[in-house]
Parts: sequence; structure tokens; C-alpha cells
Amino acid sequence: MSKEVKFHKEDFKLIGIQSDLNKERKAVAPSFWKDVFHRFKSNKVAFAGFIIIMIIILLAIIAPMLSNLSYDTIHTAHQNIPPRVPILENFGILDGKVDGVDIYASKGIKDTFYLFGTDTLGRDLWVRTWEGTRISLFVALVAVVIDIVFGMTYGLISGYFGGKVDNIMQRIQEIVNSIPSLVILTLLLLVMEPSLNTIIIALMITGWIGMSRITRAEVLKLKEKEFILASRTLGATNFFILVKEVIPNIFGQIIIMSMFSIPNAIFYEAFLAFVGLGIPAPAASLGSLINDGFESIQVSPYMVIIPVVVLAILMLSFNMMADGLHDAFDPKQKEM
Amino acid sequence: MSKSTMKYIGKRLLMSIATLFIVILILFILMKLMPGTPFNDEKLTEAQKALLYKKYGLDKSIFEQFFIYIGNLLKGDFGVSYTIQKNAPISMMLASRIATSFRIGLQSVVFGSIIGVGLGIIAAIKHNTIWDKIATFVSVLGVSIPSFVFALILLIVFGREIPIFPITYDSFHPFLSSILPTIALSMLTIAQIARFTRAEMIEVLGSDYMLLAEAKGLNRRTLLLKHALRNALVSIITVLAPLIIGVMTGSTVIEKICGIPGMGDLLVEAIQANDYNVVIALSFVYSAMYIGIMLIVDILYGIIDPRIRLAKEDGNE
Repeated sequence: MSKEVKFHKEDFKLIGIQSDLNKERKAVAPSFWKDVFHRFKSNKVAFAGFIIIMIIILLAIIAPMLSNLSYDTIHTAHQNIPPRVPILENFGILDGKVDGVDIYASKGIKDTFYLFGTDTLGRDLWVRTWEGTRISLFVALVAVVIDIVFGMTYGLISGYFGGKVDNIMQRIQEIVNSIPSLVILTLLLLVMEPSLNTIIIALMITGWIGMSRITRAEVLKLKEKEFILASRTLGATNFFILVKEVIPNIFGQIIIMSMFSIPNAIFYEAFLAFVGLGIPAPAASLGSLINDGFESIQVSPYMVIIPVVVLAILMLSFNMMADGLHDAFDPKQKEM
Repeated sequence: MSKSTMKYIGKRLLMSIATLFIVILILFILMKLMPGTPFNDEKLTEAQKALLYKKYGLDKSIFEQFFIYIGNLLKGDFGVSYTIQKNAPISMMLASRIATSFRIGLQSVVFGSIIGVGLGIIAAIKHNTIWDKIATFVSVLGVSIPSFVFALILLIVFGREIPIFPITYDSFHPFLSSILPTIALSMLTIAQIARFTRAEMIEVLGSDYMLLAEAKGLNRRTLLLKHALRNALVSIITVLAPLIIGVMTGSTVIEKICGIPGMGDLLVEAIQANDYNVVIALSFVYSAMYIGIMLIVDILYGIIDPRIRLAKEDGNE
């Protein structure tokens, strides 16, 4: 049985580099935010929404700066001029003609192109539209930031401390929530003059509830978790737990919620402007542009179509982005 | 009805009354804060003013005035209009307008729900096909674009370019002229209900009891309508309340755009004309309707499916 086995050098060969075997163990899990970003980027619809929003923001900042006209320059000779766009005019669309009559020729305008036309006072709608977009975005952003700060604090306190505090705070919230925002807005504007600040305050009063509800629900889920208990056992104060343990864990939800509230705030701003409670003239917002354009809907529909289209694209993009963020933050919850 | 359901309904009822009371209090304070009185006529002597104050109960204490005010509101006596129709009783102005607004609101909720449920079912049955994608796209569109934008587009296309429908409300053809506003107003309802129905139906269709029903050899029609849709519909009720409220807000602008003589139209007019009394009356009507709808829907939840109620109480909507 015992037979001597002889090994030769050729019987063995190097099969690979040792480090290859360890590679898997060394791989670093991507950080949470990187992961979120990656998932968001791979969602084409959401990413398209993000790009469109960026373009609109860029235009809203740059377009009024580049034009030599200001949003309130009244040019009485150039009233009600339809849009004309340099290259497209050769294809028979946006060529500045109404029922076959070239308005530009009849008014003796040669080199000027009003990309979006002019309004009934002869103000350039290209500048006004982007100026209006900027104001609408600004209002929405400020309102949502205040919503986050106030709503989140409210929800955190109510959810975290629970008991009597929670009970009272929830009843207050319920009562405010049972008064239609429409009524709150109109009553507020009865006592205050319509201005940018009034609109922001009005949006704030009605907007924080959603944020506080989401925060409270999330806090209720979190506060029984082991890591909170661990933190408390180690002697952390309530403030420390809220700021360091709870907030980072609900931040994703808050961002999603705020992305959904921005279009909502833009809508309410437009809505207020449309019922005549918007930003006082000559300043413009998308809503007030729609309102002004609506007056001449029969004669020159472009005046209302342009701001309506910008508003629609903006709101659609925000919603698409918010949906994408929702999936990116919580891939498990992604719908079937 | 179980004891807990009764308790729940009682609690909701109490809460609604409290809210309505607070709304009235706010309105009353605003009324008192408003500049000017209805008797700003310089020709009136002090004695005449005192008589008028007595007639309208303005000489009583503020506390008594408040309770008289509550009584008047509940009786439907909102006082008179100052500027829009001088000295016309507001309740008269409101009567026909509430009916018009209510009709259009109801039309749009019913129309929107039917189309929405239909779209949702198609999307769920043809899951992951082009139909599903179209339905999803329509619902994203409906959720993100405000109803007045739809109204403007519809008016430009079907009122101006292809004049099928009147561009402003024609009271001789109330139905024909309410078609465009109804469609515009129902877009949000369609979108939300389609979204929700789709998600619910997909869940129900994948459940075990559906498999059992299929194994029993039921035909597809009974399977879908009797077993799947019925169960999905229970949850759809949960989205109805916010939708009705959305319709209420949306109708304000829609009524202005389409020139419908409704409550929203009057509200806009009253705000612009500074007719405080009318604004306050409308605010009360809107709030009362809103609180009423929320109460009814909440009670319905409680009776139909106690699980929804419990989930709501926990804070997860």
C-alpha cells in the first residue's frame, strides 16, 4: 500500500494573486448618501425632473440679467406683440404673425426678438416670465424652509415627549387642520396688505401641518428603537437624542416631504395671485402673469399660455423629482 | 356598532363642534376688528345711531353679542352685503350660488372617481405594460398640474380654437357650460384615485383569497368586480376627504376662470370689493362644509373598517 509519492516542482503552479481572494472582504459599503444619490441618478424620470428644475432656476436667475429690458419697462409702442424666436420663425411657428399679419413688420420692429412676446403695456414677457418664476420659486422655498423648521420641531416635540404634551399638541394641530386653508388665506389677507411677506406667512400657516405629522409618525416609530435606548442609558439628554439620533434618521422623509410641498407652495402662490391677492404690480409672479394674461385670453392667448406652461413644467418636474427621491431614500418601499 | 366605534364617533363629533366654535370665534374677532361700521353715514344723529345699535344688538356686551352672532350664523342669517349688492341679505345671495357650486363639485367628484377607478383597474390588470405606463403618466400629470391650468388649456382648445363649448358660463345651458369646468376640476380626483386604485388592486390581485376564488373557477368578470374591486374600494374611501377639499379649493379659481356664478366666484369678488360681511359668511360656510365632510368621512372609516381608524389614530395616515 505504502507507495512513495514524489512531488515535482511542475505539479504546482501559482493560480493567482493572493490579494484577489481578500478583495471582497475589503470592499467598502457606499455611504448612505452616496447610495441615495446613485439610486436617484439611475432613475431617469426623476433625474430629468432634476435637470429641468436646474435649467429653470438658471434661466430665472440669468435671463432677466442678460436682457437689456427690465421687468417693469413699459414700451407703449410695442404693445401686444406676439412671440418671435430667431430660428423657429423660418418654420412658420412663433414667427410673430397673427392671422397671417406680421405684427413685427406692421410695427416697424426689425432686429428685436420678443421671445415670449409683450404684454398689454408693452413689457417684455421673456423677462417678466423668468422674473416671475424667480419670485414664485423664492416664495415656495422660503415657505418650505420655515415649514420644515416649525413643522419638524412641532412633530419632534409632540412625538418624542408623548403623553399629555402630545395629546394637547395633536388637538391644536387637528383644529388648525380642520379649517380649510382657503379660509385661512382669505382671512389673513383681509387683515394684511397683499405683499410678498404676507404671502409667505399665509403659506407658512397652512403648510407646517403636513411636515409635523410626518415627523411625529416617524418619531413614534423611532423612539422605541434600541439605539435610542442605548443612547439614553449612556446618559444622553433629550436634546442630544433628538438632534443627534432622531433627526438624522428622519431627514430623508423630511426632504421628500419638502420636495412635495414646494410645488404645493407654488400652486398656492399662483392661486392667491389668481384671485387677485398676489404680489402687487409691477412685480410679477407666475400666478400674477397668468392672471394678467387671462384678461386677454381671447385676443392674445400666448400671454396666458407661456406662464401656464412654465408653471406646469415646474410643478411636474418637482413631483417627478420627489417621486424619485422617495424611491431613492427607501428602495424597499418601492411600489411593485 | 361596537362600544369603541360609538366612543370614536362621539370623540370626533365633539372635536368638530369645538373646531366650528373656534372658527366662529375667529370670524367674530375679525368682524370686530374690521374698520368702519355699517352706519358710517354722517347724516345720522347720535340718537338715531343708538337706535340702530339697539336694533342690531350692538349695545349689548361683547360676550352677549358673540352668542347672538353664533345663533344668527346657525340660523343662516349672515347679515347684509355692504358693497357687492348693497343691503341685500347674504343668505339670499348665497342660496343659488351654493347650489351651483355644489352641483359642479359633485359632478367632478363623481366623474373623477369613475374615470379614476377605471384607469386604476386597467393599469393594475395590464400591470407593467404600455397601458400601465400611460395611466401612471396621466396620474402624475393630474397630481402635479393645478386644475386652473387644465381649465385654461381646455378653454383655449375647446372654447376658442375649436368652439364646441361656451367660453364663459351660460346660465341658459347650465349643463353644457359646466362640462369643461367639471373636467378640469376632476383631474386631481382622477389622478389620485387612479394611483390609489392601481396600488390597491395590484395588492388585492396578488392575495391568496384571489387565488382561491380563481381556483374555484369563477369567471374573470366576477373575480374582478366582486372580489378584487370591492376590497380595493374600501381603502379608496380614505382618499376621498382630501380630494373633496381639493375640489373645494380648486373650484374658487375655476369658477372665476369660467365665470360660473358660484361660491368661489363670489368669494373672489367679495375679497376684491372688500365686502367683509360676505367674506366672513363665505368663510363660515366653507369651514362648516369642510368640517362636516371630514366628520362624515371619518365616521364612515370608523364603521367600514376599524383598522383604518386605528392606523389614523397612530399617526400614520
